[in-house]
Amino acid sequence: MSSAAGTSSDPHRLGHGRNEDDNQRDTTGHGQGGPASKRIVVGYGFWIYLLSDIVLFSAFFAAYAVLAHATAGGPSGPQIFTRTRVAVETVCLLLSSYCCGLASLGAERRSQLTTQLSLAATGLLGAAFLAIELSEFAELMARGATPTRSAFLSSFFALVGLHGLHVTIGLLWLGTMMAQTWVKGFRPAIMRRLLCFSLFWHALDIVWVGVFSIVYLLGSRA
Amino acid sequence: MLGKLDWSAIPFAQPIPLFAAGLVMLALLGAAIWVTRRGLWSYLWREWITSVDHKRIGIMYSMLALLMLLRGFIDAIMMRSQQSIAVHGAKGYLPPEHYDQIFSAHGTIMIFFGAMPFIIGLMNFVVPLQLGVRDVAFPTLNSVSFWLTASGALLVNMSLVIGEFARTGWLPYAPLSETTYSPGVGVDYYLWAIQISGAGTLMTGINLVTTILKMRTPGMSYMRMPMFCWTALGSNMLIVAAFPILTATLAMLTLDRYLGFHFFTNEAGGNMMMFVNLIWAWGHPEVYILILPAFGVFSEVFSTFSGKPLFGYRSMVAATLFIVVVSFFVWLHHFFTMGAGADVNAFFGIATSVIAVGTGVKIYNWLFTMVGGRLRFPTPMLWSLAFMVTFVVGGMTGVLMAVPPADFLLHNSMFLVAHFHNVIVGGVIFGAFAGYSFWFPKAFGFQLDERWGKRAFWPSLIGFVLTFGALYVVGLEGMTRRLQRTEVDDWIPWLHVALAGVGFMMLGVAAQAIQLYISIRDRERLRDLTGDPWDGRSLEWSTSSPPPAFNFAVMPDVRGEEAYWGMKRRAIEAQSLGDEPAYESIDMPRNSPTGIVTAFFATLIGFALIWQIWWLAILGFLGTYATFVVFAWRDRDEISVPVEEVTRIDRARRAARARHLGQNDEEPA
Repeated sequence: MSSAAGTSSDPHRLGHGRNEDDNQRDTTGHGQGGPASKRIVVGYGFWIYLLSDIVLFSAFFAAYAVLAHATAGGPSGPQIFTRTRVAVETVCLLLSSYCCGLASLGAERRSQLTTQLSLAATGLLGAAFLAIELSEFAELMARGATPTRSAFLSSFFALVGLHGLHVTIGLLWLGTMMAQTWVKGFRPAIMRRLLCFSLFWHALDIVWVGVFSIVYLLGSRA
Repeated sequence: MLGKLDWSAIPFAQPIPLFAAGLVMLALLGAAIWVTRRGLWSYLWREWITSVDHKRIGIMYSMLALLMLLRGFIDAIMMRSQQSIAVHGAKGYLPPEHYDQIFSAHGTIMIFFGAMPFIIGLMNFVVPLQLGVRDVAFPTLNSVSFWLTASGALLVNMSLVIGEFARTGWLPYAPLSETTYSPGVGVDYYLWAIQISGAGTLMTGINLVTTILKMRTPGMSYMRMPMFCWTALGSNMLIVAAFPILTATLAMLTLDRYLGFHFFTNEAGGNMMMFVNLIWAWGHPEVYILILPAFGVFSEVFSTFSGKPLFGYRSMVAATLFIVVVSFFVWLHHFFTMGAGADVNAFFGIATSVIAVGTGVKIYNWLFTMVGGRLRFPTPMLWSLAFMVTFVVGGMTGVLMAVPPADFLLHNSMFLVAHFHNVIVGGVIFGAFAGYSFWFPKAFGFQLDERWGKRAFWPSLIGFVLTFGALYVVGLEGMTRRLQRTEVDDWIPWLHVALAGVGFMMLGVAAQAIQLYISIRDRERLRDLTGDPWDGRSLEWSTSSPPPAFNFAVMPDVRGEEAYWGMKRRAIEAQSLGDEPAYESIDMPRNSPTGIVTAFFATLIGFALIWQIWWLAILGFLGTYATFVVFAWRDRDEISVPVEEVTRIDRARRAARARHLGQNDEEPA
């Protein structure tokens, strides 16, 4: 790609020659300049994956929307949701994302200490979120509000649980990233993976905003 | 210890699956012995199994597809012969519980492990070559995708002898697929096989979208991409958008079956129509995932063998993207009979008719591509022409059923079966065969034998028309699908015609096999010396056949539409290839066993979950995580091809081209 970008007499008269000025632009990945850099390719590919993951969640959201009132005589939303607990959960997750942002800044500055500490805080807050979620699940099950009780509860546990599963996998990935960064340092491949991890972690926030609004806020209205 | 698995899972009392499995085992054993005696294991491991080269992976995808098409075809033969025999109160040779597994396996295998891998194999092989780049965006991920697909295929085929397969049809409609009505492991085999291979397909989608949007040779702007790349882009965007819905839907059914959830059950507020809606929200885009790349193949073939640029390139791009979008607005036509009401049915009926306009545009573009062209009719062109004639019929019967009142009569009839075979066989499979015969010389360096190619084509076409023509008729006469035996005398002659059609298709399949054998035997005679056997127009023909691992010694310089055609014209006018380029060493991705190791653990996980062997499943997950960590830890992910090697390989290619240029003073077209 360096050889192509360096050619000044580039013959690529794109758009049927109407935009001759474009020839001078270094537009890797846009046709004129040849393949994009690895950093862009990896980030772009990961964005596409995130979009597909959001489609996955949207199917579970749709199922929840369809089944939200199918309580089959069992407990309904207002009877089982407690807003305060969800608020604490949300704060944990958002703070965790903030720490993840700090880790990205630390990695930019090649600071092992900042990066590791921020990643550890990210993980601890994520684990706290998960612990609260699990305690909520355990409490509901103890009260007889199990996923087998009604279609509403099935879709609730599946949707929230899917998000929790993503957080769990994220935590595993996070641990692996911390170890990699520690052992291998900030080489390009690790930097690209840190980028992908932070994209993933922030995307889970976005999904949580959806879960929070649609499941807990709308669902706790009587 | 072994969950639900015990000796009763092996169907000792049923001769057909046991015999089939024995035959497959013998074939595998024979192949293993042959490989061992030739000492090829290390070659296979090094050059194929751990390869991350998109060309090798594409070829392996196509080989898997050919095998699975054969397996699905055997199911088809059994169904057609059963229906021909089981009349006048005769029971036939397939008991209902076995027959149900066969039609379920036929659909599952043909779509997920025949058509999909074939199409993905072609895209994998061709797209980077047409874009003028050296590999896909994520080569190791590509290998993981392939091996996960193979893992899914393995699980489906294992169900033949260990346990049973689903009896629910190729889409396991709830509540029939719930544990109440399907307590066995059949549906579980389906679920885990499709989940594993679906994950592979999703990764392919991400990989190819990124490749096409972010990795193109200098000068290759969007509007200069060959049509096949456009249709591949459309298809892979659909994969990214649609496959997660499949994963979600099957995950919900899995939760219902394993943990007693109530997504689709009859009890506790479950909604069975939600399953049908969700599965078709994936299922209808899926048919366009299959057909769009086939449209791309036909575009390349018509243009190449007419010696003309593709007519209406821009309208073709627009039609492709139109189909991509509208394919998400038609899913409900699969179940107008749900009773969603006149307004909803009318909306989806109109959307379904409208989507045919996009395809109509393409048909006219292909026709006008041929008008005034210098036409040649080798095998790929024959498949394409047969496609065009038969697909128009299939499309029109589709529009017919898009009218909701008509659909109430035709829903789940043999007419429907004939319709979708008409478009999938006549579209996707003919397209896959056109692509196979078109790009075979590029992949292996020698052409397929033309005589046997034509001998394979004609019986296949005749058999196809006979079989599905007859099924259209019995469908109109009221025969519903999936009948294990019939009692209506009027249908019998047509069922015999359909069986005769299958006989013709068997001849076609045999001829394809003979063609492959003859071509390999006579490969010296059929050798493609120039790398451009068809007088092609896009960049894959500018490199040698087979291409070197790095595809292009220097990145091609694209100066217009039909990149290679322009280069060829300039070379012919100048009677010279131009100066030798300045070669540099090339970094290529290193081979990695990550793909096959991941697939090994995925197979373990799938098998363990099907039979509820929990410790094995946990072991599988640990193994997968360990594989991930090992892959993350590797230090060298690229190897460098030295400049001497690049120079030597490209000089040989240029010498062949220069000889060719000297022999052909006249312009080829």
